[in-house]
Amino acid sequence: MTEKPLKVLSPISNADIAKLKTGVSVLISGIIYVGRDAAHRRLVQSLDKDEKLPFDLKGQTVYYMGPSPAPPGKVIGSAGPTTSSRMDAFTPRLLEAGLKAMIGKGDRSQTVCEAIKKYKAVYLVATGGAAALISKSIKKSEIIAYEELGAEALLKLTVEDFPAVVAYDMYGGDLFEQAKAQYRR
Amino acid sequence: MREIKTSKITKAIEELCQSANFELGADVLQALRKAEREEESPLGKETLRQLLENARIAREESLPLCQDCGTAVVFLEIGQDVHITGGDLNKAIADGVSQGYTKGYLRKSMVRQPFSARVNTKDNTPPVIHTEIVPGDHLKITVMCKGGGAENMSRLGMLTPGAGRQGIIDFVVKTVDEAGGKPCPPVIVGVGIGGTADKVMELAKRVLLRKIGEANPDAETAELEKELLKKINDLGIGPGGLGGRVTALAVHVETMPAHIASMPVAVNMQCHSARHKEVVL
Repeated sequence: MTEKPLKVLSPISNADIAKLKTGVSVLISGIIYVGRDAAHRRLVQSLDKDEKLPFDLKGQTVYYMGPSPAPPGKVIGSAGPTTSSRMDAFTPRLLEAGLKAMIGKGDRSQTVCEAIKKYKAVYLVATGGAAALISKSIKKSEIIAYEELGAEALLKLTVEDFPAVVAYDMYGGDLFEQAKAQYRR
Repeated sequence: MREIKTSKITKAIEELCQSANFELGADVLQALRKAEREEESPLGKETLRQLLENARIAREESLPLCQDCGTAVVFLEIGQDVHITGGDLNKAIADGVSQGYTKGYLRKSMVRQPFSARVNTKDNTPPVIHTEIVPGDHLKITVMCKGGGAENMSRLGMLTPGAGRQGIIDFVVKTVDEAGGKPCPPVIVGVGIGGTADKVMELAKRVLLRKIGEANPDAETAELEKELLKKINDLGIGPGGLGGRVTALAVHVETMPAHIASMPVAVNMQCHSARHKEVVL
């Protein structure tokens, strides 16, 4: 079995980020923001024009996700991660502006890997396709911007024990490369 | 001549869209359980455990298995003795998708003007429709809800005959390797060989409908499936791309005759959330 998951609060403190090494399982509680393709494009456009962002990026965590609609009586619908590499083009800019943690699925570009090291940030992965299970850890969901984008709107979530694994750490560790080195025949 | 009303088709598709998104097929569940038993990597095993738990929650609470409820891909096998009455068949299919996705609280993921405005159509229409005319007086409807992450990793290789069997193996394995964790492994790899550029892609998608565990009836093709599966699982990508023994649950290969100058090969990637349901009217 894997070691017992580490509990972390989001926004994640610099001291905690230093502890989040590649391969470590975590349970995240606190506030995370949700944005994917279209929301990323808009955030970077705002940064380019020196406009105020819908939320202050400093120290925050962004989850790449577009939920299914909430059925009656539920906080949110199914809510698993989407493929992170589609956000690669925008990520270094957001890290430069203060973003500290990202949650998604799959590997990232070399540029993103280097930016994570440079800005002492962290990239975590959640289980792609475990969307109904992950929705159980989401206790509150509100739209904070770009409502017209539907499933791509910017959300603020309150989560409890959201399960993830550290993929890229601030030391340059890369889970995907480690995995291949260990299991490739 | 047997008459089938479009209203019946709409209703059937509405139900199939929902059941496909809530309930994983028995063959997929069985393959995931076997993978969980056999996986050596602790993170891989935990990923598979989460997927099985996810399938239970989705079924019990009628929640979508994945937030990406997919493009609705509709396969119709229409008996040539069937007469469809009561209006436009294509509209009847789209209405079924619209109602299924709306009533089931499924995510609507389709946008129009794909390279510019990308405006959501708000009811997951239009579906992608494949029709086949066959002998008989039945109508078989299959709905496949195909997620974007895995579909993005699909590839077409216009190989030429000289590349041979080894060329096909190299192309398929390289495609899966480059996709890494992006298409949500453990995947099911659909491979089409032969035909033309357009037809072989359809073949690679259609073969994903075959039950996991069933081999191609042709011995030579079944042997190729086995060899591909072993090579893919030796890549070490593992569940979620976090490393491990199980990168693919199955490789399904289908062939068709090709031009003397051509040997097209198509790969259609299916994530572990392999959602498709069928009904015969």
